[in-house]
Amino acid sequence: MTTTPMELVCPAGTPATLRAAVQAGADAVYCGFRDETNARNFPGLNFSRDELAEGVRFAHDHGSKVLVAINTFARVGDVDIWKKAADAAAESGADAIIAADFAVLDHVAKNHKQIRLHLSVQAAAATPEAIGFYAAHFGIRRVVLPRVLSLQEIAALNRAIDVETEAFVFGGLCVMIEGRCYLSSYATGKSPNLNGVCSPPEMVSYEEGPSGTTARLSDFTIDRYGRGQPVGYPTLCKGKFKAGGKTSHLFEDPVSLNAGGMIAGLKAAGVTALKIEGRQRGKGYVSEVVRAFRKAVDAVEVGGDAVDIDRLLASQSEGARQTAGAYEKKWR
Amino acid sequence: MSEIAPTEIALTLGPVFFHWPPDRLLDFYRRIADEAPIERVHVGEVVCGKRMPFSDAAWPAVIERLERGGKQVVLSTLAAPVSVRERKSVEDLCGDERLVEINDVSGLPSRSGKAFATGPFVSVYNETFVAGPFLNVYNEASAKFLVELGARTICPPVELSFAAIGAMSLKCPEAQFEIFAFGRPPLALSGRCYHARIHGLHKDSCQFTCERDPDGLAVDTLDDRQFLAVNGVQTLSNQVQAFCPAPDALASRGIRRLRLSPQTCDMVEVARIYRGLADGKEEPEDARFALSCLDLPGTLVDGYAHARPGWQVTVTA
Repeated sequence: MTTTPMELVCPAGTPATLRAAVQAGADAVYCGFRDETNARNFPGLNFSRDELAEGVRFAHDHGSKVLVAINTFARVGDVDIWKKAADAAAESGADAIIAADFAVLDHVAKNHKQIRLHLSVQAAAATPEAIGFYAAHFGIRRVVLPRVLSLQEIAALNRAIDVETEAFVFGGLCVMIEGRCYLSSYATGKSPNLNGVCSPPEMVSYEEGPSGTTARLSDFTIDRYGRGQPVGYPTLCKGKFKAGGKTSHLFEDPVSLNAGGMIAGLKAAGVTALKIEGRQRGKGYVSEVVRAFRKAVDAVEVGGDAVDIDRLLASQSEGARQTAGAYEKKWR
Repeated sequence: MSEIAPTEIALTLGPVFFHWPPDRLLDFYRRIADEAPIERVHVGEVVCGKRMPFSDAAWPAVIERLERGGKQVVLSTLAAPVSVRERKSVEDLCGDERLVEINDVSGLPSRSGKAFATGPFVSVYNETFVAGPFLNVYNEASAKFLVELGARTICPPVELSFAAIGAMSLKCPEAQFEIFAFGRPPLALSGRCYHARIHGLHKDSCQFTCERDPDGLAVDTLDDRQFLAVNGVQTLSNQVQAFCPAPDALASRGIRRLRLSPQTCDMVEVARIYRGLADGKEEPEDARFALSCLDLPGTLVDGYAHARPGWQVTVTA
């Protein structure tokens, strides 16, 4: 059992969201530059160099930290773009850089020894050997855990390593091991590792027919909805497919992650920080989710039961369907 | 470490991704040893540690047979080890004197020998390895980092284009670059087993239903379009990568190896077609046509190689 309070790490897609997250009680916010160096490279999102510096000042004034995600894989011939992003993050006074690429990690370890390095979930490090390798070579201080490990596996991992762990507790749920999934580029040509996007909006189309709506990604039908049914976003791994004579949401149901009921379990498993996904979300959403998790974490820290987080967040879950994901072993 | 003449393009047979029973593995590799014009052959379970007790019995005989047939054997390691037993298997294989393919960063410490124990930021390594397609090598700086650790062959992730791999190769001539040329490209790994899920089972009591689908189980869209294939915790494409570059296109980019990934079709014939292509005796379009005549689990694609969506078909390079 860790004795220091768990850190609540919250998404900031824009300067306004950063301020909202800080004011709602985030211990740390994470954000990225407005380019392909981060894994939420969406239009209208992210920070300029100046906005980051201002965000860092605001966060520090309010006792919060800023973690900068430079967590895509650098393009061949253009590694300097990623190195310069890391330089800018270090100069902004941010508290940590979140990276996955050997090239970026190596650059930060050699040139910016004063800034903490966190290993991004995109590096998919899930064993003591892998995490130990990154610690020995780059001096990483924290690893963001893949969303496919069970609570028992996380506890065993924490007993075997001496860097901090950060676990996702709310928001999108990747069912594939992140940083090693090319489903999106297979269908659309764009992927998290290459472009910082998954199932990109410009490749999405909806077709109205007599019996309802067909949601497509690129050339492929991802799901169909009957008349009057709520229509979802066609994220590839949440689609409905035919296999083995069955039609089903083969990879994962269209659910989002909510491990709000597992905060005490994650603390007992030795987790240092809890991460809320959603840099693409607006400040209203972020405020509400951060406030709810702030209450829940504070309740667990004083030894009480977690507050009823499901009730607090009833309006914010994707289609109101949620799962604790891989933290429960039966998920597999 | 086998050396390749400067103008030569070598063929590599990648590891079998599917749960083939030991007898099938023995038969398959016996034919490869005797008949296939391939220099290097990868063996070992890469996808699922639960399958290892079945295939482990076959590997000593397979390796002996391949080496007797003059093949260089590479031991491939698990792409996503988690359990103590899986991690131990990676460590054990990395200690072997043969060339090892590392498919997860977990394998790097044990492959890089005693130097690793001396502390941070060391870069003196004696043992060599192949960096497999499950390691994220997207640029020349990452490639050079792995070369310093001992990587001698690098097969980058399947989503990278021929141009990108070529550019990396020219900027990092210390490594032999290999491109995933044939077979269903591996697209994703999960902690969840999709064969078990389809059959209403959990991974921990999966009953090894993946054995029924030796090329993977087809996943179609709701409008019956062929799309993906599942193989336990792995997802592949339904379509079969068939990248058929002309040998001078490979040579000008410094790409020295073509990887052929086993499917149940006649892999000896696949190897002969690629050998003819690499030797300049067969034109790319003829090679592609010859491949299309084989008993394949899906249609031929080569989009990834041309920096397009993987499922697309373009004119061969």
